[in-house]
Amino acid sequence: MKAEEYQERKLTVAGWEVNLTSYRLGSEWHCKADNVSPGAALCRTLGATREEAEGKALERAEELLGRTNRHGV
Amino acid sequence: MADYAHPEVLVSTEWVAAHSADPKIRVVEVDVDTKAYNEGHVPGAIAWAWNTQLCDTVRRDILSQEQFAALMGSSGVAPDTTLVIYGDNNNWFAAWAFWQAKIYGHADVRLMNGGRKKWLSEGRELSQETPHVTPVAYQAHPADLSLRAFLPHVQDAAAHRFAALVDVRSPQEFTGEILAPPGLPETCQRGGHIPGARNIPWGKACNDDGSFKSADELRILYNCEGIDGSKPVIAYCRIGERSSHTWFVLKYLLGFDKVTNYDGSWTEWGNLVGADVERGAASQSAKG
Repeated sequence: MKAEEYQERKLTVAGWEVNLTSYRLGSEWHCKADNVSPGAALCRTLGATREEAEGKALERAEELLGRTNRHGV
Repeated sequence: MADYAHPEVLVSTEWVAAHSADPKIRVVEVDVDTKAYNEGHVPGAIAWAWNTQLCDTVRRDILSQEQFAALMGSSGVAPDTTLVIYGDNNNWFAAWAFWQAKIYGHADVRLMNGGRKKWLSEGRELSQETPHVTPVAYQAHPADLSLRAFLPHVQDAAAHRFAALVDVRSPQEFTGEILAPPGLPETCQRGGHIPGARNIPWGKACNDDGSFKSADELRILYNCEGIDGSKPVIAYCRIGERSSHTWFVLKYLLGFDKVTNYDGSWTEWGNLVGADVERGAASQSAKG
């Protein structure tokens, strides 16, 4: 088994830059969302298609990132 | 890898692919938990979870000498085993495991350059099988605390500037705009950084494929912030795992002699009563 069709792309979610990594393992699509800075994994999801796995990851990432408070400095 | 001060502590994905079945080598995937490992891992690799196996689960501490010996023994790692560690997030948690292995004196421990990300992106073979491990006896050395910084030492360094403080968190964490990486739980009362610290985010040491930048690139990166090895360096982040990555870079890739990881990090300093905190960008006086 190998990671097939490995892909990374960046987008903005809830005001934060997110890196989506997706690939296929066998018949399942896997997706990981991480915050680009500093690069911490936010969630890992599964789907029957890349779109489904990415959609789940984006939904979860938006939920988590939406809780992040910005403070005045 | 030849330009690094200690190239022997890094192995390539190619090398791991060729050697992972060697009985004198134990490959371990280290992440915050084992979700990624369960998806698929380097064939023959076992898993260590940072949150349960590489921290004391009661005290906020690294493993004790006995706990570390038990982990190694139960993982089939003998004192003469070559321990090859890799993980997600460009080896954040793998570097944490490497740091503890050095604290307890394991002779031959190496990181797989590029970690899980590089292995996957190269389309290398993955396994979902957990290998059978035969436990062995393991005697850990007493902790080498010259690799670890504790709060009193860091306070002293901040007050007297005898060591360079390197904050490897994101710029927004450093300035105090946010208290934790976006999307993660806040673990401190206040934002900002330790007075005098320089902000050199850990990720600047990596290429896009997750591997480490060249020795020349790393030297320029740190020298431009006044970190040249001429005085001791203390690296810190939020909980000590990102800073173990930078500790590895400074100590083994650039060969700086006195580098410590302050694993108490901002979770400790940012909760102290009466601690000095700088907010915003680093002050001019802190440079060099």
